[in-house]
Amino acid sequence: MRSGAVYTETVIYSAPEAFVNDVPYQTAIVTLEGGGKVTGRIVGDRVQIDDRVVEVEERDGVPFFRKA
Amino acid sequence: MRDVAVIGVGKTAFGVFPDRDLRSLAVEAGEKALKNAHVAPGQIESFYLGNFAGPSFVGQNHLAPYVSTALGIQGVPATRIEAACASSGSAFYHAWSEVASGVNDIVMVVGVEKMTSQPTAKVSEILAEAGDCSGEMRAGNTFASLFAMIARRHMHDFGTKKEHLASVAVKNHANGALNPDAHMRKVITLEQAMKGKPIADPLNIYDCSLISDGAAAVILAPLERAREFSDKPVRILGIAQASDWVALDQKDDITTFPAVRRAGEKAYKMAGVTASDIQFAELHDCFTIAEIIAMEDLGFVPRGKGGPYVFDGHTTRAGERPVNASGGLKAKGHPVGATGVAQIFDLVQQIRCEAGDRQVPKHSVGLAENLGGSGGTCVVTILGAA
Repeated sequence: MRSGAVYTETVIYSAPEAFVNDVPYQTAIVTLEGGGKVTGRIVGDRVQIDDRVVEVEERDGVPFFRKA
Repeated sequence: MRDVAVIGVGKTAFGVFPDRDLRSLAVEAGEKALKNAHVAPGQIESFYLGNFAGPSFVGQNHLAPYVSTALGIQGVPATRIEAACASSGSAFYHAWSEVASGVNDIVMVVGVEKMTSQPTAKVSEILAEAGDCSGEMRAGNTFASLFAMIARRHMHDFGTKKEHLASVAVKNHANGALNPDAHMRKVITLEQAMKGKPIADPLNIYDCSLISDGAAAVILAPLERAREFSDKPVRILGIAQASDWVALDQKDDITTFPAVRRAGEKAYKMAGVTASDIQFAELHDCFTIAEIIAMEDLGFVPRGKGGPYVFDGHTTRAGERPVNASGGLKAKGHPVGATGVAQIFDLVQQIRCEAGDRQVPKHSVGLAENLGGSGGTCVVTILGAA
């Protein structure tokens, strides 16, 4: 599974139709070890910029990360 | 290449209009522009429509001839341009290129969006189609959350503060309150702007532009023919369109928009001016952070200094460089596909000294910046007295 550092993040309170049952939820752009960035969801504790995160699963092509 | 002038403009009020459809809004703006330019529909040689998501918002496609024929414009090329929130800025750019190159003389551009017939969650979903739907948007992002992530990183890298963002909203609401056609005519305090309903941290409701219905229109002609139609033509001094990644996570640095920088540099070069020559501007404040970054990317201020510049009052109507004297997308409203042409309308009003209570003191050279999505498209236009 991939890991990296949080490049930026937000907590969403107003969601698109497909995600309204998930609010509030956190999304982040993660700078991956080995290069490149990816956008994913954060599960568990809220994260901040520069926090280390590890991927815990991938759902429908979306990586889910947890604080390392 | 020929010099090009704006010979007429028209605009509807922006707001929530349950009894108006897309075409009636577009026709109202178009008819006002025809009247303003003293041009008959039969004189229009080519027609452009800027519209982001008519098919999704109102279930209508093939929109350019759908609108042009209703205006009495028959037979000529009618072309729709889609470039997210820069749709009508891009339509304006292509109309300019047609006149500048000599293909046609009298060209009309209408920008329109009818958004409020859908509930907010559905509007968010339609707007999200301007992002990368195979990546960032699948994770549950909205446009507000993309700009929230931009704001978060800008705060981290440059020390931009929440009150800096809020001061953009306070200023633009103060301007919008003086605009009879603005969607929201309500003065707000810094305290209110700091404590709005959270949308996507660190952005709250006051950091976000409005979901509006509305249309705007403009008619172009070669500068050498402009006075056949208008005694107040306005000259296009410089214009450029640029592009960049659609997905935020493909960019090296999300605190700057390369498309804005590129379009700005090219437009300055064409106009033979620098940032310091721009007396006033209409910037694409889809979210408060976007106005701050636009000022940095256009060279109004050094990188990272946009927040304090607004907070210290330099961009109010009485400040050294007024920004969004119209109220901006924040208060005037943001019918997505109409916004680019509406910015041109606002510059023209200022240059003609027809902006009423919103008139800025120095108004001979103005700049409009129209951003698509989170920076995938940008159109920068510099207008001046002819």
